[in-house]
Amino acid sequence: MRTCDIAVIGGGPAGMAAAVAAHDAGIKDILIIERDEGLGGILRQCIHNGFGLHRFGEELTGPEYADRYKKMVIEREIPYVVKTMVLDITKSDGGDHIVTAMNSESGVFHINAKAVVLAMGCRERSRGQLNIPGDRPAGVYSAGTAQRFMNINGEMPGKNVVILGSGDIGLIMARRMTLEGANVKMVCELMPYSGGLNRNIVQCLHDFNIPLKLSHTVSKIHGKERVEGVTVSEVDEHLRVIPEKSEYVECDTLLLSCGLLPENELTKSAGIPLDRITGGAVVNQNRRTEDKGVYSCGNVLHVHDLVDYVSEEAELAGRSAAEYVLAGKKEPECIKTVNVHNAGAVRYTVPQVVDIYKEPKDIKIYFRVGAVLNNATITVKCGEKTLLSKKKRKVAPGEMEFVLLTEKMLGEVDSDIIVSAEN
Amino acid sequence: MNIGEKREMICINCPIGCLLTAEMTGEGIKVSGNTCPRGEKYAIAEITHPTRTLTTTVKVANRDDTYLPVKTAEPISKEKLFEAMETLNSVEVNAPVKIGDVVFSRVCGEADVVATGNVD
Repeated sequence: MRTCDIAVIGGGPAGMAAAVAAHDAGIKDILIIERDEGLGGILRQCIHNGFGLHRFGEELTGPEYADRYKKMVIEREIPYVVKTMVLDITKSDGGDHIVTAMNSESGVFHINAKAVVLAMGCRERSRGQLNIPGDRPAGVYSAGTAQRFMNINGEMPGKNVVILGSGDIGLIMARRMTLEGANVKMVCELMPYSGGLNRNIVQCLHDFNIPLKLSHTVSKIHGKERVEGVTVSEVDEHLRVIPEKSEYVECDTLLLSCGLLPENELTKSAGIPLDRITGGAVVNQNRRTEDKGVYSCGNVLHVHDLVDYVSEEAELAGRSAAEYVLAGKKEPECIKTVNVHNAGAVRYTVPQVVDIYKEPKDIKIYFRVGAVLNNATITVKCGEKTLLSKKKRKVAPGEMEFVLLTEKMLGEVDSDIIVSAEN
Repeated sequence: MNIGEKREMICINCPIGCLLTAEMTGEGIKVSGNTCPRGEKYAIAEITHPTRTLTTTVKVANRDDTYLPVKTAEPISKEKLFEAMETLNSVEVNAPVKIGDVVFSRVCGEADVVATGNVD
C-alpha cells in the first residue's frame, strides 16, 4: 500500500495552505488529493478581485490568489494528484488512517497516512433544500454553477435574471451577469439583512441600480421547459410568505445564493462527530477533530467570509498535523480539556473544545452571531471569572468575529469557557 | 456638491466596509468614518471621479473552449465599464499566456488589461 506522513483531502486554498505549512514545519512526505482538473478549488472560477488584502497586502483576483499558493506547493515539490476522488477514510490497526481514493488511471487505491487534513470545502444549498414549489424547468442554477458556466466555460446561463439570496456569490454574479449583458431584475433576501459584505452590496448592486429586496423570497417557480417567471413574496417576521404581498416577475433564469454547507460526507462516514450548527467537525484549537490524527480546516470546518482566513486556519491545521507526526503521533501534553459554549447572540464557536496544554499558546476563538447587534459587548467567561470583555460597534451574522485568549488567560481556565455577545 | 453638503457611503476597499461621511467644506472635501487612508481617497474619488477595477474573461483562440480571466491593471472610470466590456468581448489571446501578461493595452484609453490566470 502506498504510504505518506500526511494526506491532504482537497487542493483548494485550505488544502494548499495546510500542505505548505506542514512542509515548512518539517514533514516532506505529503500527498494532496484533488478531484478537479487542477489545484485552486473554487478560486479558479472567482475571477473578481478582493482576495488577499490580509494575506498578501494587495488586492488579487481568485485565480491570482490560488496561483500564489500553487507556486508555493510546486516550489516545495509537494506531491499532488488531480482528477482523483477520495471515497472513504478509515482507521488502520496501527492507529494510522487509510484513505481510499479512485481515479481513471489507477482505479481504486489505498493510502496509509499517519495524519489526515480534511480540506474539502463546502457546497451551495440547492433548490431541493429550499423547497420552492413549481415544476423543474431549465434555468434554475446555484450562483456558483452560473459562475462556473460563465467564467470557466464562457457560457451565458440566461438573459433575464432573478437572484434569490444575497450571499456574496449571488451579489458577485448580479454584477457579472449585468456586465455581460443580462438584465438582473432583483436580488431577494429572506432575512431583513443581507448575508453579503457591505462592499459587495455597493459595488455589485448599487453601482448597477439592482434592487435588493429584503424580507422577500421566491414562493413559486413558473414554467415547464424553461423558467418563465417567479412569484416574489414578502415574508413576515416569522419568515412566512404573505400571499397578498406577492408579485409575478418575468424571468428566464433564477440563481440561488442561499448559503453554503460544509461538505462533510467523508468526515461523517469516518465516524467523526460534527457540530450541528457549523456542519463541520468538532475541533480543538489546533483544528484536530475528535479522531486523533485527523485535522479539519477551511470551509469544510465552517464557512469563512474571506479566503485569507481560510489560509490562516489551514496553516494552523497543517502545522499541527506536522507536529503530531514529528512527535511520533503524539499530541502536546494536556492538563485538561474544556468545552466552549455559546451565549447571547453567539451561534457557534470554532474551536468548540480547548485543550489546556502544559505550555499553552494564545488561542483565537472564532464565532458568528445570529442577529445584527449594535454596540455589542463581547465577553468570555470561565465559571464566575470574566477572562475578557470588549465593545464592538457592530456585529452581524455575515461577519465572522474572534476573541483572543492569551497564555495568561488560559492559565486561569479551570472549567468550560462561555463566549457571549449581548446588546 | 455645495459647501456644507454631506454624503454618506460605504467604503469598498476592504471587507470592513467603513461607513464614510464626506462633507464639502471651504477647504475641499472632508472625510470622516474611515479607519485607514484608503477610505479618504475612496470617498474623494467617489465624489470627483469614481473608478472601479474591471474583471472579466477573454477567449483563448488557440485552445478549445478555454477562457482566460483578466482584469484592468488599474481602476477605470465607472461610467466606462460597459464600453470596456464591449471592447474586451471581441479580444482573443493566444496561449501560452501567464499572470501579468498584457492582453490589451489601454482599454478605453485608461488602463492595460492583464491576465490573472495561466494557460499553458
